[in-house]
Amino acid sequence: MSEHIVSPKLYIVIFLALMILTFTTVYAATVDLNHLFPGLNVIVALVIATCKALLVVLFFMHVYYSSKRTQLIVFAGVFWLAIMLFLTLSDYGGRSWDAH
Amino acid sequence: MHRTGELFGQFQTLEQQKESATLGMWTFLITEILFFGGLFLTYTINRHAYAEVFAFSSRTILLSWGAVNTVVLIGSSLTMAMSVWSAQVGKKKLVTVFLILTLILGTVFLGIKGIEYYDKYVEHHIPGASFDMYYCTSNPSACHLDDAALQREKKELQEAEDRSGSRVAVNAHAQLFFSLYFAMTGLHALHMIVGAGLLLWLVSQSIKGRFTPEYNTPVENIGLYWHFVDIVWIYLFPLLYLIDRH
Repeated sequence: MSEHIVSPKLYIVIFLALMILTFTTVYAATVDLNHLFPGLNVIVALVIATCKALLVVLFFMHVYYSSKRTQLIVFAGVFWLAIMLFLTLSDYGGRSWDAH
Repeated sequence: MHRTGELFGQFQTLEQQKESATLGMWTFLITEILFFGGLFLTYTINRHAYAEVFAFSSRTILLSWGAVNTVVLIGSSLTMAMSVWSAQVGKKKLVTVFLILTLILGTVFLGIKGIEYYDKYVEHHIPGASFDMYYCTSNPSACHLDDAALQREKKELQEAEDRSGSRVAVNAHAQLFFSLYFAMTGLHALHMIVGAGLLLWLVSQSIKGRFTPEYNTPVENIGLYWHFVDIVWIYLFPLLYLIDRH
């Protein structure tokens, strides 16, 4: 398993993609999407942020080219975060007596 | 410790040494993901509970500085990645140049954050004894509000008050928003300051020509840290600045 060197050209392409996504998310925030579907503004903002984070993790952080073992560790971290978020939020969501 | 060239005694090959370093760095970053994750969770629960006041509070933060800082920080990730590439292909001078560029962009980010914090200080939006969400509507000139902005802010404040019940409730819930705002951006800024210190050390090593295609683990690993801090901001920006703008 030899080291993979990512070319500057790819880094610049990723950077430009991140800039386009940043512009898109700022623009999307100024448009009212919630009347189409409640909470759509939040969903769009978080989906775009997740796309940006994926580009950074896979290419800037080289996880796309990393060993299976490193990829597993990264996945495990995100998975544990998901457990924390999902279980806590479902607990809060299920508390009918604590409605605001 | 036994050491043969760049290979430390406990490893068989340079590849194994590098793989171990990457794995160790990621293990540390996972603890960081969960560390920040707790704050994001707290934010989500409270935003859901006090949506109206959180939305109003979020709109008092200037979108333009947040957007500029996002561009600056992603730019610094690009220069960091380029410095890793320079080390991998043995361009020793370029490693130093890109590290210094990363350090400059990181400092610009912190400077802009300082301007934003100062604005919040002027507007009485820092949680504590003098916190007052009504300060700007009663002192529009101090907050640089023109007539149109003043009318809009008064209207939104009234709506938030009607929904949450009272002036006291608006101030209490808004303090919660700004406590989370300062905790999250402050912890992020602290990570940037640590990162800037690490970059300074990298520059001092890089000038000595320490980083080569065979050995560049410190550049690679501090790079991973820097990109992680970038990702935290990629989530902070929409959550704190964007989702209640329309």
